[in-house]
Amino acid sequence: MKASNSLWREQPIESPFPELVREIEIYETEIELRKQGKMDEKLFAETRLRRGAYGQRYDNGQRWDGKETQILPFPSSATELTKGVNTVWDAPGMQRIKVPFGGMNPQQLEVMAELAEEYSDGIAHVTTRQDFQLHFVHVDDTPALMRRLAAVGITTREACGNSVRNVTACPFSGVCSTESFDVTPYAKGLAYFLLGHPDVQDFGRKFKVAFSGCKDEGCGLVNMHDMGVIAVKKTENGVEKRGFELYVGGGLGTVPHQAKLFDAFLPEEELLPTAQAISRVFARLGEKKNRNRARIKFLVAQLGIEEFKRLVLEERATLQQDPRWTAYLSEIHESDEKPLRPSKPLTDTPRSEAFDRWYKTNIWHQKQEGYATATITLPLGDITADQLRAVADISRQFTNGTIRTTVDQNIVLRWISEADLPEVYSALEAIGLGQPGAGTIVDITSCPGTDTCKLGISASRGLAGELRQRLAEKSHAMDEAVQNLHIKVSGCFNSCGQHHVADLGFYGVSRHSGNYTVPHFQVVLGGEWTHNAGSYGLAMGAVPAKRIPEVVERLTGRYVSERQKNESFKAFIQRIGKVQVKNMLDDLTRIPSHDEDPTLYTDWGDNREFTIGDIGVGECAGEVVSHAEFGLAAAERQVFEAQVFLDENAYQKAGETAYASMFQAAKTLVEEQFFNVPNDRDRIAEEFRTRFYDTKLFWDEYAGGKFGHYYLRAHEKANEPYTPEEAHRRVEEAQLVIEAAHSCYRKLLAAKSSPKQLSRI
Amino acid sequence: MNVQHLNIKFYIENPEAVNLADFAAVFNTWIQKQALEELLIDVADYLHVHNGPGIMLIGHAADYSLDNRAGRLGLLYNRKEPLDGTTQEKLAQAARAALTVAQILDKENGLKFNAREVQLIVNDRLLVPNTAETFASLESDLKAFFDRFYNGAEYTLAHHDDPRERFTINVNTDSNFNMETLLENLSVEAAHA
Repeated sequence: MKASNSLWREQPIESPFPELVREIEIYETEIELRKQGKMDEKLFAETRLRRGAYGQRYDNGQRWDGKETQILPFPSSATELTKGVNTVWDAPGMQRIKVPFGGMNPQQLEVMAELAEEYSDGIAHVTTRQDFQLHFVHVDDTPALMRRLAAVGITTREACGNSVRNVTACPFSGVCSTESFDVTPYAKGLAYFLLGHPDVQDFGRKFKVAFSGCKDEGCGLVNMHDMGVIAVKKTENGVEKRGFELYVGGGLGTVPHQAKLFDAFLPEEELLPTAQAISRVFARLGEKKNRNRARIKFLVAQLGIEEFKRLVLEERATLQQDPRWTAYLSEIHESDEKPLRPSKPLTDTPRSEAFDRWYKTNIWHQKQEGYATATITLPLGDITADQLRAVADISRQFTNGTIRTTVDQNIVLRWISEADLPEVYSALEAIGLGQPGAGTIVDITSCPGTDTCKLGISASRGLAGELRQRLAEKSHAMDEAVQNLHIKVSGCFNSCGQHHVADLGFYGVSRHSGNYTVPHFQVVLGGEWTHNAGSYGLAMGAVPAKRIPEVVERLTGRYVSERQKNESFKAFIQRIGKVQVKNMLDDLTRIPSHDEDPTLYTDWGDNREFTIGDIGVGECAGEVVSHAEFGLAAAERQVFEAQVFLDENAYQKAGETAYASMFQAAKTLVEEQFFNVPNDRDRIAEEFRTRFYDTKLFWDEYAGGKFGHYYLRAHEKANEPYTPEEAHRRVEEAQLVIEAAHSCYRKLLAAKSSPKQLSRI
Repeated sequence: MNVQHLNIKFYIENPEAVNLADFAAVFNTWIQKQALEELLIDVADYLHVHNGPGIMLIGHAADYSLDNRAGRLGLLYNRKEPLDGTTQEKLAQAARAALTVAQILDKENGLKFNAREVQLIVNDRLLVPNTAETFASLESDLKAFFDRFYNGAEYTLAHHDDPRERFTINVNTDSNFNMETLLENLSVEAAHA
């Protein structure tokens, strides 16, 4: 834990989003409450997940060392302090950092470098959803880390948990010749509109949104998202209008679903309200108990797209007008990127073979003549702090700092004058980031797998690294058809490596052999990355992990020798059929005994004898915590803050905050019966009185209506100054009101499960 | 000034002879055998990253890595948990931990370390900003520590105040030492001698 954590709290932060700084303060108080045992571990887990602070492998305090499972005696184990169910406080975790549409600037890269050095292991990791992740981070360090991010306009809020995750977008938006228009401002507008929005706080599972500028390329991967939009234009009465093809209900995971078309042309001004209405329907009708069926894809499948659409439009009609729905449209071109240097073509000067290879695969010619976007291929999505700073320098030297992360775990530099490309290449080469092969078979995507993920079964990064190394050695000599294939690897069936949309996808499984467990990968063939993840591959059978390179060798070899003219890999696999593929791989699936070949009993990059005993309980799904539980936890945090103000002799603040905590508790209860109640103090007091006080729902068995009266009296006196005595009394009363609110909420829950009980209360 | 989160790096003499990939297994064996008197958690492999942290042994209080930053292979000790004591005491604690591991790697795995050069980094930009003022205020502590570390032999302290970097000191001596003698120099007995 960092000695500077408390000092960062005192540092002034000039964040472009001051409300995010307040969010961090709230989180910090929640950490304190958890440490004092005043916050339930399940609730704390969900609250930290919603700040992107994720669990990591071995955080249950156990690790298989190859011979036996060792207990890891973390200092906090002695106090049994946890940060979630069976999750040791001191165990290192992962911090996910949201990067909406992948957009970054040099200053943000530099901060990422500092955080990787000071809080993590020196490495920043780009994910398959354009986020950054830092691993081996102590939970106590996360507020300081978040403050430093907030200072450069980055938030981790809702990076995990049952919330709207990072909004992704094609990294070529705005510079791509195939796009209808630049989706960047829309992705940004939606990301910040939904961030922390009350209507997205009560989901049963996560919700992922993606934007694409066109239909045919793969960059946006719209079809595999909970909500995906593709830019389209149409002309009405001679006027060109912008809109979106809107898709809902897509997703990968164990049961992949293709998204369904919700609207062929959603006008741009309807994008935000429709997203809000979809969120409300998902929050209201989505599954909450069975986590395996809680994504929106199941709701859409269950209702059918027509009924789902009807419900959303009905919801849309009830929404109160929000000026934010369209406010951003008036500034839509303000964020348009500008080049730093004048456009100039690449000269004919002879260049190195290495440059030519890089140029061929890593350069994307922009629609703006004379400019190019260069892809920096990051091995396994990893980049060092030194490289981050150097990339920041390069982007400053050659561009206006126009940087994006990609879902292929790379970084792109946009707006490079083509004449500068040799210099850019030399600068990247000098820091080890000049590898060619972007978007080719060597540019392999992988989730963290068993390296750090609690759910990982097999070593996806180990396999991806091995394949990358082997394929890179011979990539120049490969048939072009093979070079253009995509490989994606997941450590388990949850598909974070997006294996379903690769030509050759692999996901981790295991098989038993004698008394041993053998790491395997299921082979998934024929997925389509283009057409926004147009179709999903099919599982062909599981092969021991160590034999996957041979699988790639055989399949690509046969594809080269037998493919018909311009036949895609997907079409080739469909043509030869699953039986033939299985026959090709059959001998590879047989497992020799441990004595015959012990190497198969270990995984890539890990010399320990394989086990699945390290698999923990995943946090991807978050904890299902109700809206009311969050509301009451917020009230508890406020009363805690009020107590702190009392200790500091800040009586006015203490009294006001204590009242605010009562208001929060009352509002939470009212929302249980009247979700859309206006956030108005008088109205909440009135609703509370009629719904809970007069009906005696809030009454205590022994104290009667006393606690409700505390709140109503505090409301009447809310605008009066507080003497020290009154402030003390208000804080004490607030604690009692919140206790009574918990008790009342329990009554409401009981009544829901057994309606007759309500009449007895 | 609260000097915490010290990083100490000893460079390897013969990097070309080292097969770093082997050290994932070595570090894993250390976890198995609980080879150090501190909590060791996991092994991380970053060999695919150019001039990166190489192979890391992740611990609770500190990480150890066969680190290749700036293309120079060495053993990097990264103290994560705060240390008690004066600046000189904290420097000695961190250096002893790094030297102990360097000695094991030498004896058991044949890694040869250059005892004439060491890099010291304070891995906290807020506590110890990388400025000339910081160097001025820490110089006497640093000199006192390295006087002891090199047992009175001559050495140079070089500080580069790149504002983006962490506080970093490179220390060189022409005198001959090995890891064992450096560790002896830092022993508690030597401190009281």
